[in-house]
Amino acid sequence: MIETNDLSKQFNNDFWAVDGVTLNVQPGKILALLGQNGAGKTTTVRMLTALLRPSRGWARVAGFDVTQKPQEIRANVGVLTEQHGLYMRMTGDEYLEFFGKVYGLDPQARKRRSDYLLQYFGLAEAAQRRCGEYSKGMKQKLALARALMHDPAVLLLDEPTSAMDPESSRLVRDEIARLRSSQRTIIICTHNLAEAEALADSIAIIYRGRILLNGTLDELKRVVLGPVEYEAKFAQDFDAGELDLPQGVTLASRSADSLRFRVEAPQAANPTLVHALASRNAPLISFQEVPRKLEQVYLKTMADAQGVAYAA
Amino acid sequence: MRPNTSTIWMVAQREFIDQFRDWRIVVPMFVLVTLFPFIADDTTRQAVNFMNRFGGSLILDHLIPFVVLVIGFFPLSFTLVVALESFVGEKERGTIEPLLSSPIEDRHMYLGKLLVGITTPLVFSYASIGIYLILVSHRNVQFPSPYMLTLILLLTFAHAVLMVSSAIVISVQATTIRAANLLASFVVVPVAFLLQGETVLIFWGNEDVLWFAIVGVTLLATLLVRLGLSHFRREYLLGREIDTINFKWIGRTFLNRFKGQATSVVEWYRTELPLTLRQLRQPLMIVVGLTVIAGIASYMWVITNVPAYIDLTPERIDQFKTFIADNLTNLDSLGEQLPAPVLFYHNARTTVAFLLLGLVSFGTLGLTLFVGNIALVGGVLGAAHLVGYSPLLAFAAGILPHGIFELSAIILATAAMLKVAAQLVTPQPDKSLGETLLLSLADWCRIFVGIVLPFLAIAAVIEIYVTPLLIKLVFPYL
Repeated sequence: MIETNDLSKQFNNDFWAVDGVTLNVQPGKILALLGQNGAGKTTTVRMLTALLRPSRGWARVAGFDVTQKPQEIRANVGVLTEQHGLYMRMTGDEYLEFFGKVYGLDPQARKRRSDYLLQYFGLAEAAQRRCGEYSKGMKQKLALARALMHDPAVLLLDEPTSAMDPESSRLVRDEIARLRSSQRTIIICTHNLAEAEALADSIAIIYRGRILLNGTLDELKRVVLGPVEYEAKFAQDFDAGELDLPQGVTLASRSADSLRFRVEAPQAANPTLVHALASRNAPLISFQEVPRKLEQVYLKTMADAQGVAYAA
Repeated sequence: MRPNTSTIWMVAQREFIDQFRDWRIVVPMFVLVTLFPFIADDTTRQAVNFMNRFGGSLILDHLIPFVVLVIGFFPLSFTLVVALESFVGEKERGTIEPLLSSPIEDRHMYLGKLLVGITTPLVFSYASIGIYLILVSHRNVQFPSPYMLTLILLLTFAHAVLMVSSAIVISVQATTIRAANLLASFVVVPVAFLLQGETVLIFWGNEDVLWFAIVGVTLLATLLVRLGLSHFRREYLLGREIDTINFKWIGRTFLNRFKGQATSVVEWYRTELPLTLRQLRQPLMIVVGLTVIAGIASYMWVITNVPAYIDLTPERIDQFKTFIADNLTNLDSLGEQLPAPVLFYHNARTTVAFLLLGLVSFGTLGLTLFVGNIALVGGVLGAAHLVGYSPLLAFAAGILPHGIFELSAIILATAAMLKVAAQLVTPQPDKSLGETLLLSLADWCRIFVGIVLPFLAIAAVIEIYVTPLLIKLVFPYL
């Protein structure tokens, strides 16, 4: 589990890279940390791995305080850093073997984990080749294998699928999902919003060191983009006239063959709404939620933070 | 966690693999290490021929040990790059973060890299020396004794530890390999000077004196290793991306420490200065102890050993007395020849020199200079005794009046310098090396400005205007 309160980091005694970050990620959950370059994601992760000492606030990772028990934290956390950080003159096999030793695994466990991870990520055939000869995607996969080598309780992954082809990305996403189901606590820092949307249980958006938003995707959509919108699509032009809308429903927009409603409580209001349309003999062919993407949430949040207009 | 030595070896082993798989490191090293002995051998041949023709047995007898020392130094200087980039290189290549995120303890990581840094140049150094000795063994020259060779191999080892430990300190502090390489001259140049000094010792002919160099260099190297270990922190490696000098912060931090909580000069003297003085208790005891030991030891050495070198007949003593009297005839006009401000400036400069020497040598050179000065005083009193003057009267009239202030000031300044050096090699968990240095210097400045400068000013006035009168009063026949 990861817990932080008012976690802050100041550099050179004047610049706050991270300012008052409060997070809570439970075992079996994934938090996606989103933000521009330089927003404070890497600094936050470095504090969570006990690489940087917080200037203010506290953080507990895998049950250990980052300032009191840094060694225990490092032993229980798997980190995929911004740069893959491979030793180019070591073979893939040697590299995992080295980090297995670093994390105190016995020779059998090292061999077992190394074989499994190389096999899983499709690197078994390249295991005897030097890392310098790997493609970008292979390097990224090997770096991820390194982070998973000691089967850590907490994973902090910075851009886990960057530079990977779609098949490899899928492979990594599947592995992350499997780790979630085995009760690992995971934080992903990413610019890939589709990936965050697909994997994360909750999302935090960080801007200039401060968390602007933190919650589930649905909560974020509701907070940033307003209530959910539903679209009623008609077989032909239909004049709905003045509809008697249930409480908590407003008409968002209308066109000749469709109507869009903003609904506060869909479960309560939607049956009444559909009934109202049907009672007017509306040639209804579909009634469904208007899809809203994380990208919209993110871009609107950023536009608001920077004080510029958001172009939907 | 794994046992300590195996963790250190694990870090070192990986570095060895990385290093010896890089032909750009291995090939030049191999070529240079094998090439130098051949060049040195040929130079030896020519030097021997030259000296056999024109004489110079003193040089000829000590030529091989000298060349062995130089041959050992070359590989150290060019393999220094391995140590120089040990941390900053990994940082620049992005490989340091996974390592720092692992549970390897700081000191194990540091010692692992230190081990590689020392072993590689040392192996090349000894290999180079070995090749040279094999080549030169066929020549008709005096081969150095096993004792001399052992001393030189030990000295080469001490050089390796000194250079590598400095290089690793640089590697931790620098943010780019380029900066680290530029800073390397601060390692190579002083060690080259040191080598020249050691060469003088070799040609001087007294092999045992080399032990002083071995002990001195080893002490300095040990202090550097301790400095590196004390200030090596993961945060420092990752906390800075570029080197920036924040003058505002430097000024603010220094002034805040210097001023403390005081709002006026009187309050500063009443509350802040005593605080710093209390912190000086330990170094002060060391310096006072050394003052007494050096003074007495030097006095005793002069009165017991000088008569063995100089035959002190009554005529000779009279000659000395006349010489002293001739040199002290101008005591009345001392103030015109040596104005008090000049003397004050000279003494103040000396205390600053103690600090500067202490900074580059973790206190050892500053302390040596101080002990040398005290020994000089003891020696002068011993000489006074030998020519028949009372050393106590000479001390009471010629040194004590101004010495109360001057010696106190210099003892305090030396203790403060020692404190700065001790702070540098002591772990400071929440401070960077720069911050530690800054705060220590502010403490030193408190003592320097608050006590040393006023005391030296008073001492200069007394020395120029009062001490000569007292000397004339006590020794009217001068």
